[in-house]
Amino acid sequence: MSVARRHGGGTEPAVISRAGLDRLLASLTRRGFEVIGPTVRDRAIVYEEIASTADLPQGWTDEQEGGTYRLRRREDEALFGFNNGPNSWKSHLFPPRLTLWRARRGEDGAMEFSEEPEEVPRYAFIGVRSCDLAAIGVQDRVFVGDSYADPDYAARRREAFIVVVNCGKAGNTCFCVSMQTGPRAESGFDLALTELLDGEHRFLVEVGSDPGAEVLAEVQAEPADPVDEEAAVAVSDECASQMGRELDTDGIKELLYRNLENERWDEVSERCLTCGNCTLVCPTCFCSTVEDTSDLAGEEAERTRLLDSCFTMDHSYIHGGSVRASPRSRYRQWMTHKLATWIDQFGTSGCVGCGRCITWCPVAIDITEEAAAIRATDLGEGGGIDQVG
Amino acid sequence: MRDPMLPLSFRVAAKRRELADTWTLELEPDAGAHDRLGAFAPGQFAMLYAFGSGEVPISVSGGVGGEGPLVHTVRAVGAATRAICAAEPGDSVGVRGPFGNTWPIEEAEGGDVVVVAGGIGLAPLRPAIERLAASRERFGAVTLLYGARSPDEMLFTEELDSWRSAGIAVETIVDSAPAGWSGRVGLVTKLIDEAELSGGHTTALICGPEVMMRFVGAELVQRGVERSRIHISMERNMKCAIGHCGHCQLGPAFICKDGPVFTLAAIEPLMAVREL
Amino acid sequence: MGSIKSVDELIAEAPAFAEMRAEQLEVIAGCARNQTFEGGEQLMREGEEANRFYVIRRGLVALETFVAHRGALTLETIEDGELLGWSWLVPPYRTHLDARAIATTHTVSFDAVCLRGKADADPALGYELMRRFLPVIVERLQATRLRLLDVYGPVAGAEAEG
Repeated sequence: MSVARRHGGGTEPAVISRAGLDRLLASLTRRGFEVIGPTVRDRAIVYEEIASTADLPQGWTDEQEGGTYRLRRREDEALFGFNNGPNSWKSHLFPPRLTLWRARRGEDGAMEFSEEPEEVPRYAFIGVRSCDLAAIGVQDRVFVGDSYADPDYAARRREAFIVVVNCGKAGNTCFCVSMQTGPRAESGFDLALTELLDGEHRFLVEVGSDPGAEVLAEVQAEPADPVDEEAAVAVSDECASQMGRELDTDGIKELLYRNLENERWDEVSERCLTCGNCTLVCPTCFCSTVEDTSDLAGEEAERTRLLDSCFTMDHSYIHGGSVRASPRSRYRQWMTHKLATWIDQFGTSGCVGCGRCITWCPVAIDITEEAAAIRATDLGEGGGIDQVG
Repeated sequence: MRDPMLPLSFRVAAKRRELADTWTLELEPDAGAHDRLGAFAPGQFAMLYAFGSGEVPISVSGGVGGEGPLVHTVRAVGAATRAICAAEPGDSVGVRGPFGNTWPIEEAEGGDVVVVAGGIGLAPLRPAIERLAASRERFGAVTLLYGARSPDEMLFTEELDSWRSAGIAVETIVDSAPAGWSGRVGLVTKLIDEAELSGGHTTALICGPEVMMRFVGAELVQRGVERSRIHISMERNMKCAIGHCGHCQLGPAFICKDGPVFTLAAIEPLMAVREL
Repeated sequence: MGSIKSVDELIAEAPAFAEMRAEQLEVIAGCARNQTFEGGEQLMREGEEANRFYVIRRGLVALETFVAHRGALTLETIEDGELLGWSWLVPPYRTHLDARAIATTHTVSFDAVCLRGKADADPALGYELMRRFLPVIVERLQATRLRLLDVYGPVAGAEAEG
């Protein structure tokens, strides 16, 4: 069947079966992609290399709440019937440990720096949720869209093939609707799947780019029936109505700017362990540090970039002390950066409503609850910074 | 495009000990280097790398405009700075830069300029003072007020006289002095009375410890200088200097790329919040 | 050559006495005279009766204290237009520090005992003097507190680099 091309793809939506999905994965593997997708390991659903649909979390769902994550069997055989796990795609686009360069002293004593080879992995991400897709866009703006570009991130990003899966249900800690990042992905992907479980187990496939169309063409997909397209939209509408959390983003930047001395920060800091889990699981947190090392002879040196967290005392260390010494100041830094200063820095919110920080906080601190509490106890004008130069 | 995290190898061309723990290094690109760094402007900084030890942000303290060697004045306070200060002529130091924004010298033309330096804060201001001296006729009254801990902790003392000769009023004061000192003793704000401050047309450049910049800024504001014309150089923990590591944030500002030079109007509300 | 100014006029030039009422100026001028010190000359010694205080018109005075093994250390220099000496306001009216002219210094010198007597007799004048001395003391105290922070010094102890 011939297909018309629209903006990135211009291809009409199609439908594939599970076998078709396997052909899709095989096609990606043949094209040299490292196929990364969800799989069950250690009683969680994580993103790792997968070979076929047999590796997907068939029939599993996740139960998430503040400080709680469990897997539970579903009553059906859905392949993507869960929301998210502790991983995000950040660990592949922005690896937690990366050698930036090596150096050696030349014979004349000069330092010779060699960049690490340009070859980066070519990833195909299977099952990117729309919140995580938005998170990739947020990190694009930080690493590629600003004054300087990160060459490693840019290269990984260029090579990545993205297969979105639109969520079939919402989790208790989800609030993508509040952050306007879902539950349905509109653009920015190569292919987008919506799993349909009514009747035959099938997937609606939307094409978002030319590479996506090329891959789809190898998969022997059937053109989608309008009924299937409606069913997919209905799945997303149902999902949107199930959101477990809400965050009122109206004027949130100004709200947080004028509430930097709100007593709520004292209250939350009595619970916060500054463990940094939230920054690890958050798909947009990007703070990093560098480690400069050398061998014992002092002839070879290396610089490594490491994922970091604003919850460490090191993060703001200067002149013999940390600027943000108290847990109160560090929690405030994380939350106000995520919801407020990020907007001034990059033009978007830093939060995509994935809910991971709520799920994976050992003491169940809930960013939506904290935002609501601050709104309810708004200090009004004069409580912090009301104009930022 | 060159990876912004990759240093260039520079050689120490000359080295001078300024104080017991502070040295000025003159750096020139290594002979074999293919790449060049852009010219540094007053107020900007470089990330200086000591092989295997670490990297630190150091403001340029001379040699701006691309003529002559790159000059940095470094205080040895940790592993990386101690290693950099231990480098002798002929040794290599890695350099990345220039980073950050500049002292607004052109914008100050036509009015009075008061430069207030505290301690090692005179080093990042020196390139600006040299520019003011070189184009002296473009400015009204130009004053340098320099506060140091003690007489033997004053930097660039020979240059103070050459700046006086160039038509800059230079006043110095120390926090404490040994017996025999016949100069002034007191807080640097005491010197502000000396400066000709024509209120609305004065530009102020301040550099020193953050608390010093705060109280000097407050004093200047009380004397009628506009907050939008008072410029200070901020400092925070930096790992990348390119706005990616997240460490140097102060509220929404990245000190490395939105600064390090900020107007008091912009930065005062952020400095007023503790532990921001 | 300019005309020689009266003591009233000289006192009124000091910021601390700016815009003082003419009648009050006349009263305090009655306790005052011009006095010039050569460089090196002592204006006051620690532990004396605080019988005089000064407005520095032009010159430089070091407030000093003698420390064994270190000599005379300057705690602060008092400069053009500034007041020198407030111990005369506070019992037991004894000086706390030495004061020495570093360069030739022209002052208006006040008989503190005389002025204290006049202030006791006229509370309004007394209040006016207190009102003018207090900001000077506050400003010097605040500046001294900030100098105690020793902000220019290296940070003692912990490594300063992360």
